[in-house]
Amino acid sequence: MNLRRDVFQAIADPTRRAILLLVATQSMTAGAIAANFDSARPTVSRHLQILTECELLAQEPHGREIYYQLNLLKVKEIADFIEPFRQLWDDRFNKLEALMKQYEPKK
Amino acid sequence: MEKKTKIHAEAGRQDLTITREFDLPLHLLFKAYEDPELLAQWMGTKVLKLENKPHGGWQFETSDPQGKVVFRANGVYHDFVPNEKIVRTFQMEDSPFDVQLEFLEFEHLTSETSKLRMHQVYRTTELRDQMLKLPFAYGLNMAHNRLQEVLNPLK
Repeated sequence: MNLRRDVFQAIADPTRRAILLLVATQSMTAGAIAANFDSARPTVSRHLQILTECELLAQEPHGREIYYQLNLLKVKEIADFIEPFRQLWDDRFNKLEALMKQYEPKK
Repeated sequence: MEKKTKIHAEAGRQDLTITREFDLPLHLLFKAYEDPELLAQWMGTKVLKLENKPHGGWQFETSDPQGKVVFRANGVYHDFVPNEKIVRTFQMEDSPFDVQLEFLEFEHLTSETSKLRMHQVYRTTELRDQMLKLPFAYGLNMAHNRLQEVLNPLK
């Protein structure tokens, strides 16, 4: 598997998380995004490439400019991935609760 | 309805917190962790060892219906304060995962309710994310297998 296409790998980086927050409210060009960071332009481009490869960002051409926007479907996928983990613990704790509700100390 | 069990896992961190409120008095909630027979029942595992004291060890083992051991985990208690807290290590045997550290805090809410806060610390961020994804991956795999079962007779 190409690790660079792993969304979890992608959001593990603080700059890439900042980029996602930036484009969450409005579509932006690569130049406008880069203007918000001290990093060199090629570094920001590289981040954009990774985010686009794992589909967290979508590119939309407007005339000669390319705008980046947040892919909400993909973001929802990340938000949901934790649910089975939560469910696992919820099931365990439900069992604990049911078991202890019937518990009577041994006489 | 609000979810009873909550997971708090911030991106880029190597820890996570699981919280849950129980319709149980505090002493019964703690009892479920203290008594090996009760623990075995709600965790769905065999309890091989449970030494409820600092430096005490614990070991769980789960078998499939054929009796084959599918999961074994062990650790050591660092703190064991009844109705208050448990600090322990947790490690899955025969797995590539490093040991994790767990802080369990038991809290009295009312005479009939209590709260558990479980703070898990992993060696690395990557490891934490892998553990978080494990049930997700397992679920995907199960769904995939079920799909296979349905599709196989159609071949």
